[in-house]
Amino acid sequence: MRYAMAIDTRKCVGCADCVVACQTENNVPIGYCRDWIVENTTGTYPQLQLEIRSERCNHCANSPCVRCCPTGASHYEDGGIVLVEAGDCIGCGACIASCPYDARYPHPDGYVDKCTFCIHRVRDGQKPACVAVCPTHCLYFGDLDDPESEVSVILKKRKYKTLIPEAGTDPQLYFLT
Amino acid sequence: MNEEIITSGRMNYKIDPQLHIWGWEIPLYLFLGGLAAGILFFAAFYYLKNRDQEMPSAIKTAPLITPLLLIIGLLALFIDLNHKLYFWRLYTTIKLESPMSWGAWTLMVITPVSIIWSATYVRELYPSWDWKFKWLYDLEGFFIKNRKVLAWIMIFFSVILGIYTGILLSAFNARPLWNTSILGPLFLASGLSAGAAYIMMTSVNQLERKLFSQIDLVLIGIELFLIIHMFMGFLASTEVQIEAARLFLGGPYTLPFWTIAVFTGMIVPGILEFLEIRGRRIPAYIPGLLIIIGNISLRFIIVYAGQASRYLY
Repeated sequence: MRYAMAIDTRKCVGCADCVVACQTENNVPIGYCRDWIVENTTGTYPQLQLEIRSERCNHCANSPCVRCCPTGASHYEDGGIVLVEAGDCIGCGACIASCPYDARYPHPDGYVDKCTFCIHRVRDGQKPACVAVCPTHCLYFGDLDDPESEVSVILKKRKYKTLIPEAGTDPQLYFLT
Repeated sequence: MNEEIITSGRMNYKIDPQLHIWGWEIPLYLFLGGLAAGILFFAAFYYLKNRDQEMPSAIKTAPLITPLLLIIGLLALFIDLNHKLYFWRLYTTIKLESPMSWGAWTLMVITPVSIIWSATYVRELYPSWDWKFKWLYDLEGFFIKNRKVLAWIMIFFSVILGIYTGILLSAFNARPLWNTSILGPLFLASGLSAGAAYIMMTSVNQLERKLFSQIDLVLIGIELFLIIHMFMGFLASTEVQIEAARLFLGGPYTLPFWTIAVFTGMIVPGILEFLEIRGRRIPAYIPGLLIIIGNISLRFIIVYAGQASRYLY
């Protein structure tokens, strides 16, 4: 099993519904977020190109955060989901410094917090909150090992990229271009 | 043009707009750890060479401060933790891939050893010292008999401690400035240099002072060589590393790095020590203090600048 997410940058309008859904679903403390929207403009006027991405933890297959964690609080769950066990976390910040995507933050309660791919929902057979609410249906979630899953099917059909593959993290967020 | 806007109001504390997860605690600890590693290395090294008579400061007096240095350093590390009550989790696991994990274990070994080493010399340095209990005298006798074992443990773990202060940072490939294997040897050399400077300042023995002045001169040379090497490596590397080097070559850290850490902290004391070896009389605490200042600022600048360096995407 290998959970992954595909984000259609051509359909995403940057409404930030995914951000709010995540904050509500996961009780994210006010002022913090586990997912966010990046608007990237390239080119020279009038030839401008806009790419909108809904970003979150990349649940890397070779996670620097899991490697750097001194206590094993950051670990891989089934399906390759990268999780933090709050009771093992000492809040040293090593994982935060090690993440090239800056996807983690120090929770006000002391431990480090991040996107969980809504593992509590996924285990119940539901989709992550951000995927479930997306009004343009630009987020796809599923198991890459299952050729019939939503995410496998869309990745077969479309071109995609990952973010900073040169960091060697083997990220599992695929941005459809 | 490439403009990137993070909308959705992402403003995570200590992450945005720029990473600032580590404040003064980590660089202070890196300095104290490196200094303690330097002092303990020379103490063990010259003890094993049977030079206790010629090197009273290096072997006996200077290590007295190391327990204090390490304890303040540990305290700084503890203050840095966000989930303080769970700190003991460090000692329920050994993770070889995480430098912080084996660093924590190294401190667990070297802190008590530094206390024991200092304690075995207390009565020799302060004859009126009284251990109060008989079992403490017995323990002292036991450790004095086994000083050689202590010295071997110390020499091994002080090198690990010195390298670890640099590897802690170089393990983070997300921060291109830190992600260079030169940081390990650079911080080891700079820690040894601080240790030698401290021994030089506390020494009352002319020969010992001169020897450590020479050692320091060599170490400063090594440090400068490693720094030049580091920048050569950065500039010949990928764009993110070139960007990281630019922080020091025209960027916001140019002035503090080259004037305080390199010029005041390495080149000036190097020249002073060179003059001293040539026969000029220079009070040992001038180059000594400059080296210590350079050492502290090197660590502060690298820790802060590293958090400003990032991947561009």
